[in-house]
Amino acid sequence: MSPVLDNLDLYVEGFLTSLGICLLAMVGSLLLGVVIAACRVSPVPPLRAFGLFWVTTFRNTPLSLVLFFCAFGLPELGINASFYAFGITGLILYTSAFVAEAVRSGINSVPAGQAEASRSLGLTFGQSLRHVVLPQALRTVVPPLGSVVIAMFKNSAVVGAFGVGGDLWSTGQTLTSARGLETLPIFVGVALGYLAITLPAGALLQLVERKVAIAR
Amino acid sequence: MSEPVLYDAQGPRARRRTLIGTVVGVLLLALLVFVVVRRLDDRDQFSMEKWGPLIDPSNEAFDAVWRLIREGIVNTLKAAAVAMVLSVVLGTLIAVARLSLGRVGRIPLIGLVELFRGLPVVVLVYFGVRVLDDVGVDLSGLPGGQVFWGLVIGLTAYNMVVFAEVIRAGVASLPRGQREGALATGLTNGQTMRIVLLPQAFRVMLPAIISQLVVVLKDTSLVTFVANFDELLSQGESIQRNLDNPIQVFVVIAVLYIAINYTLGRLAQFIQARQARSGRVSGTTVATAAATGPAHVGQGA
Repeated sequence: MSPVLDNLDLYVEGFLTSLGICLLAMVGSLLLGVVIAACRVSPVPPLRAFGLFWVTTFRNTPLSLVLFFCAFGLPELGINASFYAFGITGLILYTSAFVAEAVRSGINSVPAGQAEASRSLGLTFGQSLRHVVLPQALRTVVPPLGSVVIAMFKNSAVVGAFGVGGDLWSTGQTLTSARGLETLPIFVGVALGYLAITLPAGALLQLVERKVAIAR
Repeated sequence: MSEPVLYDAQGPRARRRTLIGTVVGVLLLALLVFVVVRRLDDRDQFSMEKWGPLIDPSNEAFDAVWRLIREGIVNTLKAAAVAMVLSVVLGTLIAVARLSLGRVGRIPLIGLVELFRGLPVVVLVYFGVRVLDDVGVDLSGLPGGQVFWGLVIGLTAYNMVVFAEVIRAGVASLPRGQREGALATGLTNGQTMRIVLLPQAFRVMLPAIISQLVVVLKDTSLVTFVANFDELLSQGESIQRNLDNPIQVFVVIAVLYIAINYTLGRLAQFIQARQARSGRVSGTTVATAAATGPAHVGQGA
């Protein structure tokens, strides 16, 4: 494992970059995802159609292709930004579809009686969503959202591979291809870096799941 | 909960508001599209020079381009299919082993599941393609070659543990009486699993299994970052490098991916709906199975 220990500072730097990508993308995709989910259950047909289109498109396209689109397509629209920004944009677009589906299934898991009761009390669509349905839905949604976020941390590797550079995956690439170090120990190191997040996060998620679960 | 409970059928006033909103929205969207189209047009993105090779059969590059794309689709489907079959078989073995081994025997299997589930697929594909090669595992003798099998191994490593969890959840979702009844009729533990529990678990979990196929299909594209393998995305990349029309090529590639994956997704929905209707698998069983199933299903890169 000495090749890993020798370059430990690079690993740590890569790890932090991956974490940064994940955090930025998490905020973006959670916000966007909730908006898309709201579109999907809204009373306005065009909004529902838009939500469906969004989810269908991004769930069925590989993340790598979304990233290629951001890198090649956006500059043609006159939007020039760094690869880092393109990478995060791509990850947000892609993940928002999964967030939206998780939130929507949470909304659907709230028994119809809850919505009926709030409607019969005279709450509007917005009010019953805000005061009655969403607070209950969010609790059911925590576990699936958690795994979406964990998956997103793993997907930051794809963003790195796509050329953002500096993240955990790219660190491994630099060490093996540029410095010609052996692939096995270097990538065991990379793998450990990812597991350092995904395993504790997964365990934490199970705990949270048990805490917030509503017995129905 | 069916959605319409959240709001009444729209009355005349709400309909009018929706209509106005729609018109305004469509106008804004049209404006946005107009700006985008203008910008793209300014850069000649609509010229036949860029689109011709993809949509005009008389273009000289048309045949070559579509031959490459067809090759890409075939390779993508092949890799996905082989990885899928291997993952289902190995996943079933892991699930059965985990269900039938004692507390201690289970530990290494849980470790295996957590390990592979916690790694990015692109890292596992890297292990399959590069690391195995470097440590001297020679796969080039197998039909398909080194990179193909490396990719398959990477995808299988990830997806077999996902399936193991799916199938375990499927078995767990069956009514307890199934196992008790089977054992009471004198079947051994192994027979109970093979003849009674697994077939039903597969039925319950078929939609989840098909949805995971979408993930496998999408993940084949990750090999682009690791090695040369002529799957759909890589083919698109080499086409756009030669013709210098990235937007156009990637639009076509995206439409192809979406068409294949959307069809699979609909198939999964269809089967789920039919199961719920036929009553062979009760609706609640499907619901609990879906709820207890790993939320990892359906994600992916």
